[in-house]
Amino acid sequence: MSLFQYDFMLRALLGALIIGLAAPALGIYLVQRRLALIGDGIGHVALTGVGAGLLFQTSPVLMAVVAATIGAVAIELIRERGRTSGDLALALLFYGGIAGGVVLVGLSDSTSANLNAYLFGALTTTHPEDLITIAVLGAAVLVTMLLLRPALFAVCHDEEYARVSGLPVRALNLLLAITTAITVTIAMRAVGVLLISALMVVPVATAQQVTRGFRSTMAAAMALGLFAAGAGIWMAAVADTAPGASVVVLAIASFVVVTLLAAGWRRIRRSRPQPTPVPEPHEVVLGGS
Amino acid sequence: MTSDVVSVTNGVAGYDGRPVLRDVSLTVTAGEVVAILGANGSGKSTLVRAVLGLVPLSAGSVTLFGRPARRFRQWHRVGYVPQRLGAGSGVPATVAEVVAAGRLARRGILRPPGRADREAVAEALRAVGLADRAKDPVATLSGGQQQRTLIARALAGRPELLVLDEPTAGVDAVSQEAFAGALRDFTAGGGTVLLVAHELGPLRPLISRAVVVHQGVIAHDGAVPDPAGHHAAPDHDHVHPHGPEEPAGLWSAR
Repeated sequence: MSLFQYDFMLRALLGALIIGLAAPALGIYLVQRRLALIGDGIGHVALTGVGAGLLFQTSPVLMAVVAATIGAVAIELIRERGRTSGDLALALLFYGGIAGGVVLVGLSDSTSANLNAYLFGALTTTHPEDLITIAVLGAAVLVTMLLLRPALFAVCHDEEYARVSGLPVRALNLLLAITTAITVTIAMRAVGVLLISALMVVPVATAQQVTRGFRSTMAAAMALGLFAAGAGIWMAAVADTAPGASVVVLAIASFVVVTLLAAGWRRIRRSRPQPTPVPEPHEVVLGGS
Repeated sequence: MTSDVVSVTNGVAGYDGRPVLRDVSLTVTAGEVVAILGANGSGKSTLVRAVLGLVPLSAGSVTLFGRPARRFRQWHRVGYVPQRLGAGSGVPATVAEVVAAGRLARRGILRPPGRADREAVAEALRAVGLADRAKDPVATLSGGQQQRTLIARALAGRPELLVLDEPTAGVDAVSQEAFAGALRDFTAGGGTVLLVAHELGPLRPLISRAVVVHQGVIAHDGAVPDPAGHHAAPDHDHVHPHGPEEPAGLWSAR
């Protein structure tokens, strides 16, 4: 595409690809944990950080990382302790975060376009230094998720068993919370606060309809994330659509297509006479997405 | 050093201020196969969960392999088999992936799995008769096969002590036999077993000692009591309610 000869489009594409790869690698643990929407909550909190950054004229992204991390750790500690007040605490964080962000952005001299950039993403305004931040943080998230896969899988799959295995369950949970905060903050550039969870969760939901194991689900989800990010930016360039929303629309479209194909395939297999007993197809339960 | 594998001294534990265990003392020595029996709500599961540190004791103490549980770090010596696999979240996992989690206590969290790990997983799957299902998603297995996956996970770490929480509850006969076989091999290799059971079934010949928990205290510690009343029927169904009104006999044996 000729549009990709512009540096800003190339930067947008690169940024989107990194996030498209890192977000599902983290999201799979959140889906496994039934915390598919946690990214949204943390994103709302990150917005307060953005507001603070704009107001005090420090880096909004840095402040967002700080706010999101505090929020994520708070959510994790609440989850670990009480079970009953967990959703109420989440609600407080969600709304407190977004309201605080809007108030702080309003107090600063920035325009509403500035707020929109964080609410809906602004990939095409990615500066070279933003791209470096995205690349470094994205690589850190990716390496952590891949390197600690067995341990994180064990903790998310059966926390009590992980405890009896002597794993540092609490440290791993906090690590997951912090990497979620980091992913949310860098994804905020790409798809915006309101669509963050989509990139973490939708590729996982799509992948798990056709995969049989955790590792293959993770690989397929990362491939799907990469595809949605790349194709979304291309679509934005060609059809002049909003880049962040295009990425999410394509991710959802892949989900619908794969769901229909998988259902069709199961139907064909069931109607065919089977000489030997074949294990039943895996039941698909969407992780709260 | 003592050969005590598990030792609970005057243990007291409860949930939300409601006492479940009241002054329980129990010692399991190396090579023993101890069954903890009791009605639902008697505190038998809480007892093993306290041994593993999953339920905190409000009084008393637990030692594992002669070391206070608080300072115990050699978790690779302990294999835990929970009652059931947690409710699936929808993210598929293969049988081998679940069993491989049993190697983490031995390997640590940073080292990637090596050949020894893969061999241990394959051997554990063979021990429970699931070698041919290694690549299948656990969600497609029957309840009994899922239970066998969990014992394979515990065995994969090559533990010295197996702690099982109602391993055969609601498990089909084939799986119960496979279970008993795996346990027999484990004890033949010198392993120690602490298991909670509602009824023993095919595990019965393996048990060297039975401990009956009743209303949070130990009501019997010694030979395996004979099943009483309709419990004695070989294929009776466990559909009756359990609780304090349990007929005298097995649970009240003293």
